[in-house]
Amino acid sequence: MTEQSPIIQLENIDVIFEQKKQTVHAVKNVSLDIYPGDIYGIVGYSGAGKSTLVRTINLLQKPTHGNVVVKGTNLASDNGGNETYISSKDLRNERKKIGMIFQHFNLMNERTVAQNVLFPIAHLKLSKEQRQQKVTELLELVGLADRANAYPSQLSGGQKQRVAIARALASEPEILISDEATSALDPKTTNSILLLLKKLNVELGLTIVLITHEMQAVKEIANKVAVMENGEVIERGSLLEIFTAPQKQLTKDFIDTATNLEDGLRKVQNQTIVENLQSPDVLVQLSYAGSSTDEPLISTLFKDFNVSANILFGNVEILQNTPVGTLITILSGQSTDIKAAIASIEANGVKVSILKGALA
Amino acid sequence: MNWITKTFPNVISLGWSTDQGWGLAIYQTLYMTFTSAIVGGILGLIFGFGLVLFAEDGIIPNRPLYWILDKIVSIFRAIPFIILLAFIMPFTLFLVHTTIGVNAALVPLSLGVFPFYARQVQNALISVDGGIIEAAHAFGATTSEIIFKVYLREALADLIRVSTVTLISLVGLTAMAGAIGSGGLGNTAIAIGYNRFQSDVTLVATLLIIIFIFIIQFVGDFLAKIASHK
Ligand SMILES: Nc1ncnc2c1ncn2[C@@H]1O[C@H](COP(=O)(O)OP(=O)(O)OP(=O)(O)O)[C@@H](O)[C@H]1O
Ligand SMILES: [Mg+2]
Repeated sequence: MTEQSPIIQLENIDVIFEQKKQTVHAVKNVSLDIYPGDIYGIVGYSGAGKSTLVRTINLLQKPTHGNVVVKGTNLASDNGGNETYISSKDLRNERKKIGMIFQHFNLMNERTVAQNVLFPIAHLKLSKEQRQQKVTELLELVGLADRANAYPSQLSGGQKQRVAIARALASEPEILISDEATSALDPKTTNSILLLLKKLNVELGLTIVLITHEMQAVKEIANKVAVMENGEVIERGSLLEIFTAPQKQLTKDFIDTATNLEDGLRKVQNQTIVENLQSPDVLVQLSYAGSSTDEPLISTLFKDFNVSANILFGNVEILQNTPVGTLITILSGQSTDIKAAIASIEANGVKVSILKGALA
Repeated sequence: MNWITKTFPNVISLGWSTDQGWGLAIYQTLYMTFTSAIVGGILGLIFGFGLVLFAEDGIIPNRPLYWILDKIVSIFRAIPFIILLAFIMPFTLFLVHTTIGVNAALVPLSLGVFPFYARQVQNALISVDGGIIEAAHAFGATTSEIIFKVYLREALADLIRVSTVTLISLVGLTAMAGAIGSGGLGNTAIAIGYNRFQSDVTLVATLLIIIFIFIIQFVGDFLAKIASHK
């Protein structure tokens, strides 16, 4: 899949806001390659620079330094520190190839759903029938075909976002930028919008750049993730890599928000059985991804090592069709047996970390 | 009928179609209001749009141009209308070749109302959500599309509302202009009713102005309601 060339290339992007009193370095030397068909999640706390970075893709934000290349066209070029941009006429054309949706939908209040959806292709001079057909097509795609003549104020948040998605797709872009598109929605509506985005990704081959501060959203549909902090991308990789082997503390924090792990850990620690843990018993966390889940590992522990496992917490996620699991369990038995058991578990590709107690 | 002639003797004697009659006064008030509304309105719209588009966070930022528009509006707004009337007489003379009568009043009326309207237009346009403008940019809209298809359309209801307010205060200004001899119902109320102690005339002229203002308000509210889908 990655044999192809990137559909979006950001190279050494810097965005510096010069203000009267201070200079804000909002994006610091970020490079990002996004490939056709990706759903690329960009996560980070408020102020990390996610919007600023992503807005350079369609030059809503002009980068101070760096190259922006979209579908082979240079929108911004860094010629040895001298930044040049595509002409505004050409930029308008390029922007039609990039759809965008927003946290607050940004629909025009005084236009009907149909008029909003047609806005990006007003220049096409379609006949009345063609426009009608286009509207129906787009609204059916987002599941709102019956609301063409409603005004945005008559729609729920989720419906508004669907209209915004239909509008973003009107000019048949290959790229969709989503800036916190689900942040103003309740969890159930969020999920339905995410599923819609996933459907568009699969059915239309739409490449999606998904900015969010909710790791849950990324976990749901993204295949790649970049984590931003203070204007920098501090960690990036496939969804599976990020979830199973996060390197940075911030990444771990984000993952915790998307799984019940942190919560589970806290509850486990408070149990009397854990508080009264006797040496040489240990409290361990087992993390695994992929096929090892299928092995009846735990049940073999007693049989093979005479070690009993008391499972206190378990969590399994399916990420990109791969099961990713966590078990928190007390291993009890002879000290040497426990050691041998852990070695055997690790040999099966499961990560073991000791939460309480120590191996003698 | 007898009661009316008794209570409003001077109102009746003024007549309808004499050269100080009610018909003429009403016509003059309408003429002054609407003609200066058109001239001042166009000026106000241009300045109001300019103030939003050329602002630092506008779609075509232009600091010097913004500064000039802003200062012109501020200065004209600061001049009390009654002083403006006298102050711009030479200019009026040059423009309409007279300093008295309804046509002479059009110049100060237009100049008096446009800065007020410009600020109102500016406020109406500023209240268009920046996100909507940003979305239009993202979809490759041209500057003129953003002005006419986004700003104008989205702010239409507000523009109707501020136009109503402006039109009403313009009626007030015509009355003031009338007081210094330009004609209209204001002139009737002051020059005839007040100066000649014919208070029945003042009363009727005032009532007519109030009715006129009520009609403007009613039509304005109605149109704004039709235009608004928020
Ligand atoms: N137009 C601007 N002028 C000055 N500073 C700006 C501007 N836009 C953004 N910034 C600053 O750049 C930094 C990054 O902002 P940005 O909006 O990209 O963050 P974000 O990660 O999208 O946050 P959020 O989750 O709140 O949307 C912030 O410190 C912000 O104050
Ligand atoms: Mg943001």
